[in-house]
Amino acid sequence: MSVASQALTAQSKFSLKEWIFTTDHKRVAILYLIGSFAAFFVAGIMAMLMRTELATVGPTITSNPTNYNVWLYFHGAAMILGYQIPSLTGFFANYYVPLMIGAKDVAFPRLNALSVWLYWMGIVLALLTFVIPDPPDIMWTGYPPYSIITPGNTAFYTFTVLLIGFSSIAGGVNFLTTIIRMRAPGITWNKLNIFIWCTMAAFVMQVIFVPILGTAVTLLSFDKYLGTHFFDANAGGTPLIYENLFWFYSHPAVYVILLPGVGLIYEIVATFARNRVFNYKGVVYGGIWGTVLLSGVVWGHHIYVSAIPSWLALIITFTTLLISIPVGLLVIGIVGTLYKGSIEFKTPMLYAVGFMFLFLIGGLTGIPNAMSAIYIHIHGTQWITGHFHYVMAVSVTTAIIGGTYYVWPKMTGKMYNETLGKLGFWLFFIGVNITFSLTMWLGYKGWPRRYYDYSQFPQFQGTQQIITAGSYIIFLGALVTLITWIHSLIWGEKAPQNPWGSKSLEWTHAPTPPPPGNYPEPLKLSEDWHPYGYGK
Amino acid sequence: MGRKNFLKRLFYLLFATVILSASMVYANGIKIEMTGTPAEGWEHLWRELMIDITVIGVVFAAVTIYLLITNRRKRPGDEGQGPKLSPLAAFGWVVIPIFVFMADDIYLAAESFELWGNYRNVPANALVINVEGYMWGWDVKYPEKIIITNELRVPAGRPIHIKLTSRDVVHSFFIPDFHVKWDAVKGRENYLWFYPKQVEAGEHVMTCTEFCGMLHSSMFGKVIVMPENEFNKWIEDNKPKGGNV
Repeated sequence: MSVASQALTAQSKFSLKEWIFTTDHKRVAILYLIGSFAAFFVAGIMAMLMRTELATVGPTITSNPTNYNVWLYFHGAAMILGYQIPSLTGFFANYYVPLMIGAKDVAFPRLNALSVWLYWMGIVLALLTFVIPDPPDIMWTGYPPYSIITPGNTAFYTFTVLLIGFSSIAGGVNFLTTIIRMRAPGITWNKLNIFIWCTMAAFVMQVIFVPILGTAVTLLSFDKYLGTHFFDANAGGTPLIYENLFWFYSHPAVYVILLPGVGLIYEIVATFARNRVFNYKGVVYGGIWGTVLLSGVVWGHHIYVSAIPSWLALIITFTTLLISIPVGLLVIGIVGTLYKGSIEFKTPMLYAVGFMFLFLIGGLTGIPNAMSAIYIHIHGTQWITGHFHYVMAVSVTTAIIGGTYYVWPKMTGKMYNETLGKLGFWLFFIGVNITFSLTMWLGYKGWPRRYYDYSQFPQFQGTQQIITAGSYIIFLGALVTLITWIHSLIWGEKAPQNPWGSKSLEWTHAPTPPPPGNYPEPLKLSEDWHPYGYGK
Repeated sequence: MGRKNFLKRLFYLLFATVILSASMVYANGIKIEMTGTPAEGWEHLWRELMIDITVIGVVFAAVTIYLLITNRRKRPGDEGQGPKLSPLAAFGWVVIPIFVFMADDIYLAAESFELWGNYRNVPANALVINVEGYMWGWDVKYPEKIIITNELRVPAGRPIHIKLTSRDVVHSFFIPDFHVKWDAVKGRENYLWFYPKQVEAGEHVMTCTEFCGMLHSSMFGKVIVMPENEFNKWIEDNKPKGGNV
């Protein structure tokens, strides 16, 4: 019996203890996957409740606006901190990084286990929102002075952010070390998968910027519970400090989410077009690292109308518009990879195509937000909601779902049903376009975000109902996807080692599913090996 | 006809036009409307911007769809034959897009700078009104010591200068119809200005756009644009009577 098959047999016996105390990066990945999709599901339910509430003017399913505000708080905080960041820098990073660079595991497996534990504690703390009296109702932004004077328990927000933040920093230390030190012989910097580059960039930003968010939310709880006055205008503080600190992390956070999503899209497009990545170095050094370079100088566009000085507004307008350059290079790279490709439209590729269109709309509708003068009208309106759902929420979700389909055969050893997979995609794609295009239109018409009721805008009730219908279609699409995965786990056919015909290491060299230690034999890569070495 | 003669005639013609239109305006009792207000500038730039992003979007989408259709896999074993770029071509595919995007960025930034200047420079003849946000409503205070809640009455045809403060948390004062908004922050006095035209006489929505707690969405009121004489009469009627106080 070979080492690999022994390991496989060991793996097939289920033991909860082994899962909780695991240090195997693939199991840690799956723990992240379960946690992040649970957060996605619960936060999705919150979205459905809110959309239902907005279907009519006046109370629809609750007459207490605080309920709505708590749903909205949970939806935003859980989607960003509990679902998007952990699924990308937790699940995908854990599953792919060691496999793609030919390593046995991450550099610090026990630190990795600590990361996922901290993350789960954060998730549990967040879920207590539905149990405790006076849950936080402060939006995911937690702006003071409201977050300080509210009867809601702001401490839950602070500690959720801190736990998940620690988890991220530990992950950053771990993965940056792994990528720098543990690449198999022959995998040089210019032979890394684009996803690896994107993960590196995301963790560099997390390590730099998470402490700033940690500081901001900690000071918030100091003000609320310990009587300090950092954000208290009566005592010489100002809430504007918080707004600056918060966005100094939270705009880079958009790129922490976006870049790994883009990385997954590159993997899918290269594999399903069986094509080399168009202008690899331009994508890596211009697109990915250009985004990182600019990420720290664009925060101010969130607070143009919060009394930042005019000279700063003008500088930020320019630096924020410049983001179009690296992002444009990333898009050119994706579209260019289709050129002379050999494209097969399996479910992951459909999601990648969906991403191209959603991200195009999301990216272009960001340009008005960069321009300080135009922003005056759209600040705090549904235009912003629609825009960031296009660019971050749903386009990255297509990357996450598409990426999960892509890794599915490797991870579970099972194939899934193509028809069901595609049905889920179309429902999702149609739903998001109905919902978020109309959301943006309402914002342009002046409909503010975070509104429980809209008796000042009764003329928009019809539009609101169409948006609500669209959101139900999204939910249906997500349910079909969930059913597809459960169906596959129970009835799926056994997956071959490389069902997609990819040239990337995890498909060509690792068994399906990979055993602990990943590669049974030491890797020997030829001189001209490349993860995108198609068409030779 | 000599050049001097021509200029002279042109001058008379212009002079006559000015006198004539001024007298017509006087006769009809209407004022000359201010042009180049922030709202007009915003609408103009928004239209330009929508054309700009639509063109870019359509070009990218068309290229993507074309490539998706023409590069489908013909036989199962096929592999893509994407180009291996020479160093010069790779450099070009970075530098040329940089210049194209940067050109558009600089153009848009310049337009935005100009409009921002318009938004932030209040005309000298503006009528000053104080607005204070609180959980959950707006107090409107006139120089004549009139205070009303959730109702902002303004005369048409005159720039309005709003001085914004907050009694408690951060609010954001927004009048969608005039494309103006600014945050009301405790401990600071912020400002904005807008210009209601004669044709805009009537009611407009003003509402809060920064989350401020339970009744955030109920924190709205009316902007009532009135003809100037009616506005003056309203001020007279509502002024606290001196001596009785």
